Amino acid sequence: MLLSVKNLTKRFDDLTVFENISLSLSAQEAVALTGESGSGKSTLLHTIAGLEPPDAGEVLVDDLNIADLNDDGRARLRRESIGIVFQQFNLIPSLSVAQNLSFQARLSAHTAIETDALAEMLGLADQLSKFPEQLSGGQQQRVAIGRAVANGPKLVLADEPTGNLDEDSSDMVFDLLLSMARESGAGLLVVTHSERLAARADRRIHLSHGRLTL
Amino acid sequence: MNRVVFLTLLSHWRRRPFQFLTLIVGLALATALLSGVQAINAEARKSYAQAADVLGGHSTIVERSNSPISEATFAKLRRSGWLVSPIIEGWITGDRGRVRILGIDPLTMPPGSTADDSIAKIDISDFLGAQGTLLAAPNTAARLTAHTDRIRIVDGMVPGTILADISAAKQLLNSNGYTRLTLSPDQPLRRPRLADIAPSLQVQAPEAATDLSRLTDSFHLNLTAFGLLSFVVGLFIVNGAVGLAFEQRRQTFRTLRTVGVGAKRLILILITELLLFALLAGVLGILLGYGIAAALLPDVAATLRGLYGASVEGALTLSPVWWLSGLVIAVVGTGLAAATSLFKVARLSPLATGQHRAWARASALTMFKQLLAGIACLVTAAGFWGFGQGLVAGFVLLGGLLLGAALLLPTILSIALKLAQKRARGPVSQWFWADTQHQLPSLSLAMMALLLALAANIGVSTMVGSFRLTFAAYLDQRLVSELYVTLEDEADVPAFLGFVEPRVDAVLPIWQTDGDVLGAPADIYGVVDHSSYRQNWPVLEASPEVWDTLAVGDGALINEQLARRENMALGDELPMPGGWKTHVVGIYSDYGNPIGQVILPIGVLTDRYPDVDRSDFGLRLAAAGVDPLRAALIEEFGLPPDNMIDQASLKAFSLSVFERTFAVTGALNILTLGVAGVAILTSLLTLAAMRLPQVAPVWAIGVPRRILSRIELARAVVLAALTFVFALPVGLALAWVLLSVINVEAFGWKLPMHTFPLDLILLFLLSLFAAGLAALGPSRQLANRPPSDLIQVFAHER
Repeated sequence: MLLSVKNLTKRFDDLTVFENISLSLSAQEAVALTGESGSGKSTLLHTIAGLEPPDAGEVLVDDLNIADLNDDGRARLRRESIGIVFQQFNLIPSLSVAQNLSFQARLSAHTAIETDALAEMLGLADQLSKFPEQLSGGQQQRVAIGRAVANGPKLVLADEPTGNLDEDSSDMVFDLLLSMARESGAGLLVVTHSERLAARADRRIHLSHGRLTL
Repeated sequence: MNRVVFLTLLSHWRRRPFQFLTLIVGLALATALLSGVQAINAEARKSYAQAADVLGGHSTIVERSNSPISEATFAKLRRSGWLVSPIIEGWITGDRGRVRILGIDPLTMPPGSTADDSIAKIDISDFLGAQGTLLAAPNTAARLTAHTDRIRIVDGMVPGTILADISAAKQLLNSNGYTRLTLSPDQPLRRPRLADIAPSLQVQAPEAATDLSRLTDSFHLNLTAFGLLSFVVGLFIVNGAVGLAFEQRRQTFRTLRTVGVGAKRLILILITELLLFALLAGVLGILLGYGIAAALLPDVAATLRGLYGASVEGALTLSPVWWLSGLVIAVVGTGLAAATSLFKVARLSPLATGQHRAWARASALTMFKQLLAGIACLVTAAGFWGFGQGLVAGFVLLGGLLLGAALLLPTILSIALKLAQKRARGPVSQWFWADTQHQLPSLSLAMMALLLALAANIGVSTMVGSFRLTFAAYLDQRLVSELYVTLEDEADVPAFLGFVEPRVDAVLPIWQTDGDVLGAPADIYGVVDHSSYRQNWPVLEASPEVWDTLAVGDGALINEQLARRENMALGDELPMPGGWKTHVVGIYSDYGNPIGQVILPIGVLTDRYPDVDRSDFGLRLAAAGVDPLRAALIEEFGLPPDNMIDQASLKAFSLSVFERTFAVTGALNILTLGVAGVAILTSLLTLAAMRLPQVAPVWAIGVPRRILSRIELARAVVLAALTFVFALPVGLALAWVLLSVINVEAFGWKLPMHTFPLDLILLFLLSLFAAGLAALGPSRQLANRPPSDLIQVFAHER
């Protein structure tokens, strides 16, 4: 199993965000995570990525327990095995599109990234020398997806990747995300509000009142 | 409505107390240093005015040639009905510094002078006559080693001045005429015209009567320049803090405009907010400035006393004018620092984007404008260098150079960072250079402040170091005698010579008088023909066989400041007090002396000025013989030990005067560097919170916080290093301006420039350390930042 979440609990002071959640994800599988605003979808995603420590339970990525890793270890896991896509793109404004695309791959020492080919697949071939501020929202999100999959991660986590985009752009970006994840052989866990987009995933899970329903 | 808008705007500061503190501290520091310097200057000028008021602020009559007025001319004026009173003024130099002697005739003095009040405290019959009582303030009396039995301490006397009867002053100063005549305000109507009685005399307005103010102007101008430099550095902090706050509130401004707050109202409320902050910071700055002034005043007073013989009281008084001027400084400073931001808000359309992209574009435009302004400043500086004259032109050159360099800095840093980015290979190093470049608009003000402080530090320390080296070598040349002796009574001279001549290698008389040469006070010395002078005297320029010429009683040597002031060259005619003329055969360096000096052959001196003071001698002898000779002179002539000073002590004293002279400059230099350090610290701390959106994604992608925090630290150090590299040539150029332009204009001497590589390396390391120290807090903050804070960046997306 690529991702295995067992009895995961997360609290913020007195507020329990989720409790005893378990889920799993296999390689090349795309799972959509839906839920109301404030239901804890993003917190779950952040906890799986090792950005947020859990209060109980465990997260195993490729059989590696995140709880066993220190800060550096978790950073290395994200760098080498996980690709993350954010709603606000979070590109590095000071780097060009080409540099943003190859950034994570080069961080994890995958230096031989074919940026041109990747940009071609993303439809950004003529934007490589531009900076993020010069791109539209849809283009920026495509760069973010490219960055996340460029180093061939085992797991791609996407947090409402279409939340800031119009319907047409959303469809294009979501399809791109699914296809890129599948082509790279990664498992994909994508948080979305859109039932329409969630329906395109292999499987859907719903988070409500701190519990997962399948 | 105004209240609601005002409270809305204030809420920004409530949520960001540190930013508020930055603004207040920056403004308070800027106000403190400038108002502190102003307080010192005001205190000194008050003392000069007090000195002038001793004579009641009346008009005076002086010789057009500034030579003394003869007793015959004075008598002629009195006989023709002019109500004038004679004044003799001069300085005597003792071991403990210069003291001003003011001789008056209390019987003919016009009423209303503070001298009257002082004399009223004693029996006037004690005061009159050549051996009359000398009146002095307690501190002044303590500086005298001779005539102590005649001194009467009088409270309220002007510091540094000894008041004496005209005949006593005449004897003390060996004067054969009057310096000037005080003019009574009630003159008889039918009196002959001054031009008919004495055409060589002229009436002078009271404010021109004192030389102190003129002599010390350069010193005060230097202090003011430093105060202004610190003020500008402080304003960089304020400009940064205000600019940042306005940028952060751009969204709020837009919302306020959208809901119906007019642009004019918004601007007025923002001005009110700034005014309140300025007044708060102004009060703090004034209090801080008072502390700085009180701490620096004793050194300033010592400098003024050692260098100019001017006495300044060591205590500060807080006048309402000073409070007011401090607040005005704070308000004007805030206005200057906030002008650009207010202008931006005034032009902000309610629909304008509040996004970072617009800000980045505006920053690029700002950088381009700064580049143009910087070039304009440098061109102006070059213009003043080429065509300007005087001290003010020198300071415009200095200011233009510093400001121009500061304005060019962001462009130069940007070019350097782009070059580094091109060479960078790894993703983290590429991000490091690109991100540093991206942050440049936010950090450039702090770096500009650092550049100013570093350049000032390099410039001033190079100037002081060069001066110190030159001055030490000059003292070696100038102070050749092993022992300097002052006799108690000139009647002892023959016996003294008879005693010492068999015991020493040479006796060099140091006979001196003073008078006005070419319209300004000067010391006039005599010199014997001796190898000590031929081999050691610090001659800058001389006609061939200069010493042989002097030996036959011809010509005169003049000091550099007199030559520069009067634009004199070798061979030029030199009018001397008493109406005779000689010619210049040599020019010598005379550092540390603010007034002109003339050296005549000793025979000429005694012929022309028979009343010259003949009690000082320099003795050449083996160093081992100094102490035994000193003991023998005490035994033989009963000389007080204070009347003999050996070469080493005199050099040490001269160097200590020198060090104190630059103690204030050094202190202001360090304070300015400190203010720049605060600028960097506050910028980095303020930026730390703003940096999260840029740092969080890099962390999420997989760069640990530990590495990110090191990168943040390295960024500050790299920027400081790049700034230092640019500050180095600017600082050396500044040193050249100080040595070759400002010094010449302010003091009349030009100094060779020396560089001190070790000091520069130390300063480089210090600036890296300061930047590292400033960045350490924000860096550690990032390293220890809980992941939840970084997660917030993504959580805020919803």
